[in-house]
Amino acid sequence: MTIKVTYIEHDGTEREVIVEEGVNLMDAALDNMVPGIDGDCGGVCACATCHVRVDPDWADKLPAMEDTENAMLELADARDDRSRLACQIIAAPELDGLVVHTPEGQH
Amino acid sequence: MPEPTAVSTMTDAPTNNNAVIIGAGQAGAQAAFSLRQQGFKGRVVLVGDEPTLPYQRPPLSKAYLAGELPEARLYIKPQGFYDKADIELLTSARVEGIDPGARQVRLAGGDTLAYRHLVLATGGRARRLNCPGADDPRVHYLRTLEDVRGLQADFVAGKRLVVIGGGYVGLETAAVAARHGLQVTVLVARPTVLNRVCGPEVSRFFTQVHRDAGVALCCDTAITAIRAESQYLVIDTNNGYSVQADLLVVGIGLEPNLELAEAAGVSCDNGIATDENGRCSLPDIYAAGDCASHPSAIYARRLRLESVQNAVEQAKTVAASICGKHRPYTQAPWFWSDQFDLKLQSAGVVSGFDQSVVRGDPETRSFAVFYYRAGVLIAVDAINRPTEFVAARKLLDQGLSPSSEVVCNEAIPPADFAATVTGAKPVASHG
Ligand SMILES: Cc1cc2nc3c(=O)[nH]c(=O)nc-3n(C[C@H](O)[C@H](O)[C@H](O)COP(=O)(O)OP(=O)(O)OC[C@H]3O[C@@H](n4cnc5c(N)ncnc54)[C@H](O)[C@@H]3O)c2cc1C
Repeated sequence: MTIKVTYIEHDGTEREVIVEEGVNLMDAALDNMVPGIDGDCGGVCACATCHVRVDPDWADKLPAMEDTENAMLELADARDDRSRLACQIIAAPELDGLVVHTPEGQH
Repeated sequence: MPEPTAVSTMTDAPTNNNAVIIGAGQAGAQAAFSLRQQGFKGRVVLVGDEPTLPYQRPPLSKAYLAGELPEARLYIKPQGFYDKADIELLTSARVEGIDPGARQVRLAGGDTLAYRHLVLATGGRARRLNCPGADDPRVHYLRTLEDVRGLQADFVAGKRLVVIGGGYVGLETAAVAARHGLQVTVLVARPTVLNRVCGPEVSRFFTQVHRDAGVALCCDTAITAIRAESQYLVIDTNNGYSVQADLLVVGIGLEPNLELAEAAGVSCDNGIATDENGRCSLPDIYAAGDCASHPSAIYARRLRLESVQNAVEQAKTVAASICGKHRPYTQAPWFWSDQFDLKLQSAGVVSGFDQSVVRGDPETRSFAVFYYRAGVLIAVDAINRPTEFVAARKLLDQGLSPSSEVVCNEAIPPADFAATVTGAKPVASHG
């Protein structure tokens, strides 16, 4: 099964991509040439270089934030209450249509 | 007709303003992309002797070894990113010599590449075991994708694995193997595991964790010979006993690839010596990653580090320098290691500490060790303690040193450590 995810870049460029369920949104960004995400640690929540922002309407559908992600986000630029690490958001049916904002670059 | 933009890029990108990067690993790939991000317009040629796209090595002893990650997920970026950024990636291409006078590199096969800027990102190779029998094909190393492919057939439940070396790579391999039902023995020549990289509390903790998982872990044990029996290997040790094995994985450290630099007359000092901007001793030559040693302001000495963060940060610095920008590499080092259900995150460099204090109880598998030298915080190991790790990185980057009483007081949250320091001035800060 797949879902649709829209990445919106810092300059407003929108990109709708199809993501296989089970794939995290950092890998999905790399697979689909979405810029602005580094993912230096390869998606093990160790580097905070896949910082994205998710619209608040999606907050309760997203997987809950674990302690590690919450802690690591303190290293991201300008963290706010929409901040997440893309490697920790796994594509699932309830996220079909998700909109994710990517920064110009990581810290 | 639209403007011929492709042609005009070519004209402001003469080959005499190109960058050649030797080594297509974590540092080389980062340097290539960072050059573009910094606005470099010339040709970027990334030359690597491995056959695949540049890939991440950390999973080789973790998720990839465990069979949980397809190969394509190891790649730092898919091919499309190289095409889009106009990075010319030459795979299976080995550089055999550098002529700094003629500004040329020579490839195996005889081709040459002229360069305006040259980046050395040659990484290193696994240190080889040198004892009788070490050339047996069942003796494996763990540095490259090819290395892992070579051992996968024997990496199955029931097989007897002997790991030589108690560093991160050895222990991670042992952890994956134990989880997969191999019978695992770890032989460590030094008196403790993680000998040079962690303090005694963390060494003791990981020793116990491995033993609890059924790993036979023997320190102070050097191997003297490997003997091939018909179906298996016998490993003789200096302690007089022998161990049988179906396969060996050797993780006894890295030798940086310095030969090209040395032959070209580039100064080396435990690594290709750079300044804080990634420049080497010869003009227009830069180095980054495992092969490079840099002056560390925080530790007041030269460091050669083997970590993703170091490779990425140095490569960004080199790219900035090539583009005429000043982005000195001053970040405090950090590293992670995953073993079993444990995430070790360390910040700083542990060596040379004279005091260590523990926050939390290792029995709970969640604790952090703070290392001090002459009363100054120099490093932190955090096991399943990401908040302490994050605080530590910030403290070290800013040169702040909370007291040992403060850091072991669990009533004070790590985010408040900085505020307890009075009179300290930040020595470095980063965006
Ligand atoms: C098993 C394993 C686990 C690790 N785990 C972690 C971890 O958990 N966290 C962490 O931070 N770090 C980890 N590391 C370390 C990290 O992977 C390295 O620090 C990083 O890969 C260094 O990047 P580099 O580009 O300097 O070197 P490399 O990745 O080694 O790349 C150098 C490349 O240059 C090529 N090359 C060399 N000479 C030439 C030549 N003459 N011509 C052409 N090509 C050449 C090499 O073949 C290689 O492909 C691990 C390393 C290993 C091996």
